[in-house]
Amino acid sequence: MQNSILISTNNLTKRFPMGEDAVVALDQVNLQFRKGEFAGLVGPSGSGKTTLLNIIGSLDVPSEGEVLVLGEAIEKIGHKAAARLRNRHIGFIFQTFNLLPVYTAFENVEFPLLLQRIPESQRKKAVWESLEWVGLTDKAKSRPSQLSGGQSQRVAIARAMVKRPSIMLADEPTANLDAQNSHNILQIMERLNRELQTTFIFSTHDEKVIQYLRRKITLDDGRVASDETFTTERAGS
Amino acid sequence: MIRFLLLGILRDRSRSLFPLIVIIVGVALTVILQTWLSGMLDNMIQSSANFMTGHSKITTRAYAAEAQQMPNDLALLGADSLIAAAAGEFPEMIWTPRIRFGGLLDLPDSSGETRAQGPVFGTAVDLFNPASPEPKLLNLEQALVRGRLPQFPGEILISEDFSRKLGIEPGDTATLLSVTMYGSMAWYNFTIAGTIRFGVVAMDRGAMIADIHDIRKALDMEDAAGEILGFFRDFQYNQTRAGEIAADFNRHYSDPDDEFSPLMKTLREQNNLASLIDVLSWALGGIITIFLLVMFIVLWNAGLMGSLRRYGEIGVRLAIGEDRGHLYRSMLYESVILGILGSLLGTALGLAVSYYLQHQGIDIGSLIKNSSMMFSSVLRARITPLSYIIGFLPGVLATVLGTAVSGIGIYKRQTSQLFKELET
Ligand SMILES: Nc1ncnc2c1ncn2[C@@H]1O[C@H](COP(=O)(O)OP(=O)(O)OP(=O)(O)O)[C@@H](O)[C@H]1O
Ligand SMILES: [Mg+2]
Repeated sequence: MQNSILISTNNLTKRFPMGEDAVVALDQVNLQFRKGEFAGLVGPSGSGKTTLLNIIGSLDVPSEGEVLVLGEAIEKIGHKAAARLRNRHIGFIFQTFNLLPVYTAFENVEFPLLLQRIPESQRKKAVWESLEWVGLTDKAKSRPSQLSGGQSQRVAIARAMVKRPSIMLADEPTANLDAQNSHNILQIMERLNRELQTTFIFSTHDEKVIQYLRRKITLDDGRVASDETFTTERAGS
Repeated sequence: MIRFLLLGILRDRSRSLFPLIVIIVGVALTVILQTWLSGMLDNMIQSSANFMTGHSKITTRAYAAEAQQMPNDLALLGADSLIAAAAGEFPEMIWTPRIRFGGLLDLPDSSGETRAQGPVFGTAVDLFNPASPEPKLLNLEQALVRGRLPQFPGEILISEDFSRKLGIEPGDTATLLSVTMYGSMAWYNFTIAGTIRFGVVAMDRGAMIADIHDIRKALDMEDAAGEILGFFRDFQYNQTRAGEIAADFNRHYSDPDDEFSPLMKTLREQNNLASLIDVLSWALGGIITIFLLVMFIVLWNAGLMGSLRRYGEIGVRLAIGEDRGHLYRSMLYESVILGILGSLLGTALGLAVSYYLQHQGIDIGSLIKNSSMMFSSVLRARITPLSYIIGFLPGVLATVLGTAVSGIGIYKRQTSQLFKELET
């Protein structure tokens, strides 16, 4: 199980209609991700990083090719199945607008479990555990507007991990953070990866993030330009 | 989950307060418009009843056929016993005799020569009997402009406009020139006790109000009455009951072969009022419908804007793994809660204002000085059973529909598209 393939794309192409023409956002992408990976997509703006994450996360569908995520064929998946896949197995962390502003940190983390109809006592326990992971138990009652950028991202991580997903997709999670906070959340994610075997895929421009990666995939104009794996532990630990 | 929805509504002011205020205001306006228009229709019916038709009216068959001419030669004889009989049989109504007459009012100077003269349209009513409803029906106390109300036989009221035109002052004497019931000339001297203005233009032109006993004497109509008007004791017109009473009365007293036999007609059956009331009801219905449509569009848009503003939230919830259908339904529940709450509060507010209008009224006399409308110048609302529910139509339906339509975007757009729109 340790090295089983969770995600694989086969000639994945994504086009967005642009008037008469179409923008090719992803062009014949073939990639595989194994359980426990800590991988990053890098590349210039517009190279297709977000598009790839969205398709892996079943928020979008391929124009051509096949994408298999945890045994589900994304190109054929229906709304309900996609929602279930996201709800059970995939955690998202975005650059901004991660949290629901009307709810407290605790409630934000609780939300995915409510959708799963997990009984209250179990739910509460899981939420506290997640908040502990990110070191924010004291901010449980705060609303997003009362949290700093770094704290917000940590709540977003807690919410993504509370359901113990096998895959975490993080789209430029540090773009709005200073160095201190960036390192802080990367260390949290690295620990998650190590202790829970959660697979991480980032998209990033950020050198600080790149230091932590054990695999770096460079996209250029929708194509995979390089795919490097580092066997030795690099930064951080 | 419901708890989560309620929390969201309670905490997000812009999500709840603004739409709620829009709904409350819209619903309240709808209710007020409805009660106000019903009040207006009511007002018209009431003016017509009080001044002209009663809730029911008894005349001879022949008089009914020519009611516009005031044909007193066709008046009812034995009026008092007929009134007694009607009162005995239909105690829920008050019966009162009237004689309508035309003539010339002649104003002599000190030497007895004519100083001024003008045509009058007179109504003779029971002024002095303490049980008579007439002073109240004609609203005499409020209508009095100068002088005082008649207290003694031989005293009359004339309309303020008419008195100005002829230069008559309270205290002056005037002679009525008219025709008796039997067709001969009649003279009768009156003293002007005071002048009145009803605020009902049709009544204010050349009106003269006299006591029925005087006019009976003047026109040789002892124990006769041109018309006997019936009013429900609560002064609310009830068409169904009035119809039953009229049918009952006519079965007993009316004889199609005898043109001098009495005939009872309901308010609706007189002066083409049926078609007028129907046309007005339709018109009011039309106005309310248009207004409802406008409110519908306003609330619809409020619902629409509320949802569009929330693309960010929608995107995050989809990413967390909420199903589109679930999300859509939760937005609908929210709008149902807001719609019901807003409609309840708006209806309460609208009814409170209407209640005030129903009991206080707003006098717009000065605004409609030159109009020829047939209703009194005090606007009053009237709360009907419809008033309690009419606001819910736009309040709930439009709000929910607005949300429903805007929410279709959730289905139409690719999820990733929602994020794109979020970033801009
Ligand atoms: N919904 C869309 N409609 C049209 N074009 C799109 C859409 N989403 C992405 N694109 C286009 O696809 C290409 C890849 O976009 P994508 O967002 O994946 O880039 P990215 O690598 O994430 O860039 P950045 O580093 O700026 O976030 C771009 O040319 C972009 O304009
Ligand atoms: Mg991007």
